[in-house]
Amino acid sequence: MTDLYTVTDMHLSLADMVNKPLFGSAPRIDILHGLSFSIKRGEVLGIVGGSGSGKSTLGRVLVRLLEPSRGQVLFDGQDITHLNEDALRPLRRRFQMIFQDPMSSLNPRRTVGSIIAAPLKLHGFDRISVRVDQALDHVGLPRSFRTRYPHELSGGQRQRVGIARAIAMEPEFILADEIVSGLDVSSQAQVLKLLADLVADLGLTLAFISHDLSVIRRLCGTVMVLYQGRIVEHRASDALFAAPEAAYTRELLGAIPLPDPDQPWGAQAG
Amino acid sequence: MPSSTPGFAMLDARAMVKRRLGLRLWLSGGWLVVLVVAATFAPWLAPHNPLEQDLFTSRLPPFWMAGAEPGYWLGTDSLGRDVLSRIMYGARIALVVALIAGTATALIGATLGLIAGYFRGWADLVISRLVDIWMAFPPVLFAILLIAVMGPGLVSVIVAIIVIDWTRFARVVRAEAMAQGAMDYVASAQVAGQKRLGTMLTEILPNVLPTIVVLLTLEMGIAVIVEAILSFVNLSISTDFPTWGGMIAEGRTSVHQAWWVLVFPLATLFLTVLSFSQLGEGLKDRFDPVLR
Amino acid sequence: MSAFLSIRNLSLVLKGGPRLLRSVSLDVEAGEVRGLVGESGAGKSMIGKAVLGILPRSVEVVEGEIWLDEVDLLKLRPSERRRKIGATAALIPQDPLTALNPSRRVGPQVTDRLVDILGWKRADAQARALELLAEVHIPDPARVMRSYPHELSGGMRQRVLIASAFAAEPKLIVADEPTTALDVTVQKQILHLIARMQARHGTALLFVTHDLGVVSKVCGSLAVLYGGLVVEQSPVRDFFRQPAHAYSRALLAATPKYTDPMAGLNPVPEAVITAVQAEVAQADASWRNGGWRHD
Ligand SMILES: Nc1ncnc2c1ncn2[C@@H]1O[C@H](COP(=O)(O)OP(=O)(O)OP(=O)(O)O)[C@@H](O)[C@H]1O
Ligand SMILES: Nc1ncnc2c1ncn2[C@@H]1O[C@H](COP(=O)(O)OP(=O)(O)OP(=O)(O)O)[C@@H](O)[C@H]1O
Ligand SMILES: [Mg+2]
Ligand SMILES: [Mg+2]
Repeated sequence: MTDLYTVTDMHLSLADMVNKPLFGSAPRIDILHGLSFSIKRGEVLGIVGGSGSGKSTLGRVLVRLLEPSRGQVLFDGQDITHLNEDALRPLRRRFQMIFQDPMSSLNPRRTVGSIIAAPLKLHGFDRISVRVDQALDHVGLPRSFRTRYPHELSGGQRQRVGIARAIAMEPEFILADEIVSGLDVSSQAQVLKLLADLVADLGLTLAFISHDLSVIRRLCGTVMVLYQGRIVEHRASDALFAAPEAAYTRELLGAIPLPDPDQPWGAQAG
Repeated sequence: MPSSTPGFAMLDARAMVKRRLGLRLWLSGGWLVVLVVAATFAPWLAPHNPLEQDLFTSRLPPFWMAGAEPGYWLGTDSLGRDVLSRIMYGARIALVVALIAGTATALIGATLGLIAGYFRGWADLVISRLVDIWMAFPPVLFAILLIAVMGPGLVSVIVAIIVIDWTRFARVVRAEAMAQGAMDYVASAQVAGQKRLGTMLTEILPNVLPTIVVLLTLEMGIAVIVEAILSFVNLSISTDFPTWGGMIAEGRTSVHQAWWVLVFPLATLFLTVLSFSQLGEGLKDRFDPVLR
Repeated sequence: MSAFLSIRNLSLVLKGGPRLLRSVSLDVEAGEVRGLVGESGAGKSMIGKAVLGILPRSVEVVEGEIWLDEVDLLKLRPSERRRKIGATAALIPQDPLTALNPSRRVGPQVTDRLVDILGWKRADAQARALELLAEVHIPDPARVMRSYPHELSGGMRQRVLIASAFAAEPKLIVADEPTTALDVTVQKQILHLIARMQARHGTALLFVTHDLGVVSKVCGSLAVLYGGLVVEQSPVRDFFRQPAHAYSRALLAATPKYTDPMAGLNPVPEAVITAVQAEVAQADASWRNGGWRHD
């Protein structure tokens, strides 16, 4: 297997608008502090970590919504660290992101059908209408939802529209940011099975940000644990769950609520 | 249970819901349509020549009062000119000003606001500074100054309205566009590989359009008022052509002998401004998918 | 009506369409946490919205009563209802980002309620907000107060909304999937915080979630919703020991456990879906025969 992504010593800082002086430019705050890792083709990488630790930010760097301030990001051997928007455009079809906040990632004044079709049109896909229907089928939404607006959906239904939009593009890489927390377990199972099938059949590579370690365990081959903008642990999932090394990982595992009212919370971790 | 995909039976209830037409839209739209028709076809519809004076028919009351003469539905003024015909011709000026001044103001202000709010950076810096400086001038002074330089007339009125009011659009639209720009659907369009300009037009614009429409119709109402005021103080087009403002000014002097000369143009003006302001909200109610 | 929140036979329809909620009855006692689980799109958020009087315009109540603190909300005039709800209840909404105004800083959005509805002084409200943000474990609260919503992480936004729901110490909180964006350690802290709040003020909590693990830890009892129909209501222990309804059993079976990599993550079986859908259809049929607009 070859590396799809190679990230070396990647730093990211953002403009700190809160402390921006009246004149002049804003100071910068560091969010990610020198991450190095790689994602193999066909790998399913789970990304966990504390709230605010920089998972979504890392995701935005991988699909180059944000530009690293230092370090290097290679996609399929190509340096995309500082590529400008025009140079990125041909690559964009190949990596997609499903956003954490479903409502804000859907244009409120577009119908579901046109939301899913828009990226397809941009990249000159054929049989767009068929593809939209297929995508809706895949995520378990009725085809009649094409004419709905996002605010007419439930939270989980919105999330699935976001998933449908990404998979319709048939990308090589999907960054899924917290996409199943708003779904009931049955729909979760369906969506995860769909993703697993795409990985197995089409060689999709997946980075899966989630707080649900049980889901991570089921889905992901490797797990990366972020803590305050740094990687504290990055190992094969079985090994990590069997014997967590970092203190923070142990803390996380200890806080998982198992679905059993009699099990005291926090006592089940090894 | 209707279900389009086997295995899933999520109910799609919305397909069966009908949209209700707002009363507000009907009333305001209806009045404006009547006005537009009356103005456009005034030469054929108006019962009399609006400029024709006839001292034998001066101060005739409206049709339902004693002493009314057939054909003069809303009575005549002190020079014997037919009030209804004059209102119809006055509508031409009012609507032309509303239409041209309103759309031009909206176009200029909204475009600048959209660019400033979405592209940020130096474009925003330049436009925002311009708006700030512009707004430091008191608007009425500005208008009078402008007309003093350009001379009274229809064009001056329109230019004055545009020059004063584009900043309102620019400010509101900029703030809206900025808020929308922070949403993830914009990031999503970028991930899909859409160009910045395309994103502005297909993602941001539809979301600020409802605001623009409401502002636009308000602006049209304002334009009608401004035109009326300027013709009231005789700064609009030449006095002999009928304008609502001019009619109100004339009617005021003889309100005790012939109230109708004042009241009918005033009521028309009021209804028109009200309709414009309601039209925007009505359109939003009817066509904006989000507010329901 | 003894329960603090008592929903009786509530049916909602999409105007001119079918029912979204099918004669739902649900009680939440003071000091109780009542879980609400079920399929995505089953109408869980609709229940919360109905209680708080924020249903979308296209949805209307066709029958039922919503008793809050001994008053039937649906019988009140809209202005009275708003006042009653504003004074007693609060919502932790499902969509953090859309619940916050993108063009305003976070701070005033948290304090607005205190200042506008409860008439606090701005400085007091400010201090209280800072305290609350610290309580929900937001690092550097003063900074967050001055940030815009898009500058916060998903979990921080969610905690901001939790804090602002707590601000006025409401008697009832409708928490619509309040911890979906929180990591498990913060989630645990927040849930403990909620428990403390409840012990202190006797707050009643309607807790919508998909996480049965969380349900088992914080809820006293729960209701399972499918297609707008309550298919099971039980105390939590019974639900996990011997779930009464086939759909509940399927839900439990579908729940993954990190301790057992092979457990869970199976969709609810077709047969169960068919059966529960028949139940929904049955409920509709008898409702139409019995209760359809007698008046
Ligand atoms: N536009 C921005 N300006 C300033 N700071 C930001 C911005 N976006 C994110 N941050 C900060 O970066 C940090 C990491 O945010 P990020 O959204 O990546 O966290 P996360 O790991 O996804 O957390 P969560 O699980 O809560 O979603 C947070 O402290 C956040 O406040
Ligand atoms: N404004 C609306 N117009 C039409 N249908 C709507 C509207 N809002 C919601 N719905 C529909 O009502 C049903 C119930 O929605 P609700 O938001 O209560 O679901 P939910 O149980 O909260 O689901 P989730 O767990 O996904 O948030 C859904 O099928 C949804 O599609
Ligand atoms: Mg995040
Ligand atoms: Mg919901």
